[in-house]
Amino acid sequence: MAITETTAGKTAREAVQEPPRQRRRSGRARKTAGDWVILAVAVLIGLLIAVPFLLILANSFKSPTDYASGGPLSLPSSLYFDGITAFWERVDFPRKLWNSFFISSVVAVLAVGISMFNAFALGIGRVRGRTWLVLLILLANMLPQEVLLYPLYFLFRQVGLYDSQWAVIIIFTVIQSAFGTYLRASVYGTFPKELLEAASLDGASRWQILWRVIFPISRPTLSVLLIFFFIWTWNEFLIPLTFLVGNDNQTVPVAITVLQGDRLMDVTTTSASALLGLLPTLIFFLIFQRTLTRGITAGAVK
Amino acid sequence: MAIATRSKERAQRSTATPSLIPGSRSSSFWFYLLPGLALLTLIIVVPLLWNVYLTFTSYRGIRPPEFIGLENWVELFGDTTFWTSFRNSVAMIVAMVVVPTLLGLVLAAMLFDLIGRKFGGRVASFLRATYYLPQILPGVIAAIVIGWILRPENGALNQVLAAVGLGGLQSNWLGSPETALPSIMVIMVWVQLGYPVVIFMAALQRVDPELYEAAELDGANWFQCFRAITVSIIRPEIFVVTLTCAIAALKVFGPIYALTGGGPGSSTIVPAYYAYSEFFQSQQVGYGATIATALTVVIAVVSILFVLVQTRLERSEEAR
Repeated sequence: MAITETTAGKTAREAVQEPPRQRRRSGRARKTAGDWVILAVAVLIGLLIAVPFLLILANSFKSPTDYASGGPLSLPSSLYFDGITAFWERVDFPRKLWNSFFISSVVAVLAVGISMFNAFALGIGRVRGRTWLVLLILLANMLPQEVLLYPLYFLFRQVGLYDSQWAVIIIFTVIQSAFGTYLRASVYGTFPKELLEAASLDGASRWQILWRVIFPISRPTLSVLLIFFFIWTWNEFLIPLTFLVGNDNQTVPVAITVLQGDRLMDVTTTSASALLGLLPTLIFFLIFQRTLTRGITAGAVK
Repeated sequence: MAIATRSKERAQRSTATPSLIPGSRSSSFWFYLLPGLALLTLIIVVPLLWNVYLTFTSYRGIRPPEFIGLENWVELFGDTTFWTSFRNSVAMIVAMVVVPTLLGLVLAAMLFDLIGRKFGGRVASFLRATYYLPQILPGVIAAIVIGWILRPENGALNQVLAAVGLGGLQSNWLGSPETALPSIMVIMVWVQLGYPVVIFMAALQRVDPELYEAAELDGANWFQCFRAITVSIIRPEIFVVTLTCAIAALKVFGPIYALTGGGPGSSTIVPAYYAYSEFFQSQQVGYGATIATALTVVIAVVSILFVLVQTRLERSEEAR
């Protein structure tokens, strides 16, 4: 899923702006019956997609008896918070939120940093064999993670980082920065030459050029990368599942998934667990909606 | 003379390709690649090679791996569970690539051409955001949301069926072999649909409306316009979407883990889950490594084929 999305660049900004050209015959006034039928179909599909969310929302606030008597489609007869609070306390949700937040933030920052360094050397430094290097780096992003799983498991056991959040942080820093490198290297390859020439005439070193010229100019797109890396890492499952076995270290998706099918989970508590799992990403989506749509489209348009 | 200068140029180029910063030789940039490449070697390259080595061993996780040559690979080709897992991968490709791409094309065209034009861009953007909603969730959580509806004993779907008098259709959706795979497929369509819609709608903005007007004047109907203009212009995006979704479909793991564990029997097993269970449940590390490597090879072949077909199509397009 998420692997597919990408980040913004110039193309993105062009792509995202609301439909730029109005069709000449502004047809707003003339709506045929057929148009209404198509709108109805589109709305119906939207409803079909939204229904599972609404069901989860309504049933998370019901007591099991309320669910049994009123069925899944009714609104809760009274607001019942026990399911949510029971699950909240059972998984120690604040702790899981913090774990996910910590891992995702550190990965995002480190991966953006490494992407920038790599891309600086590849795009602006134009080191030899850069095409092959980019392909090699991109491997990290393309491989199914299962191929890395056992060797990494063994490796981190040896160095005592098994069941440590740092194992997950290191792995995802590499995986996310692979994508960032690929994207930034091509963008830096077209960096305005005059700026670099002017800076080097002023006697700036490579390090200074990177931090005083390139970094400030690319900051907007780097921050888009940051958001993407954060959300992608938040949504990851297989590697956190394997490397974070301790209850105290688990991320939100892992903690919620491993409790599914547990005997103590009645129907509305399960619903509440799904609600707690989807809320954080829903909130990110609402906050970063514009950036995200921009980014998704940029990847494909590029 | 000319040859001499040219070879001199070539000599220069091979010693120092110019960087974009005047006066800085490209070789002096290697320093910036060190952290990235060191981590890449440690986390990706070494484990990858190690994993390939493990495919030639019998390794149960405790005693050191024992070299057994091609035994794992021979076993793999005769393993019915392995072939079932790839058959299920084909089902995942139908659910995550074929259906979402086709449906996404129609929906994107509908939203962009008709609804965006006649009812305003806001309605279209709102619907697009709704379609995209399942995409933002972690895959496992999306699976749990639908899994909740499909619960066998008091699940919403079964209760609704009973309430409207279709109680005979009730089923243990994820628990019986006939319905488990189709249920997972429906979930994956739900998850995946928004992605092509968003990409295609962005791509449609490139299409010049005058082309449609010209086509309409020539008497083309909507479907003819759609096929001849829309699809051909946004073909690059169609390729990107199908390729990325195909890779995602081959890699599916979370929903299977959360909902069925590959069962009942092996009716919903996929290669990624099969490898995982060999690693950590059966402790057959060598065999799990073999499955994972086979999956990697399949993904690589699919990607290369895609890119080859795409370049060939682009060339024939240019030649025309």
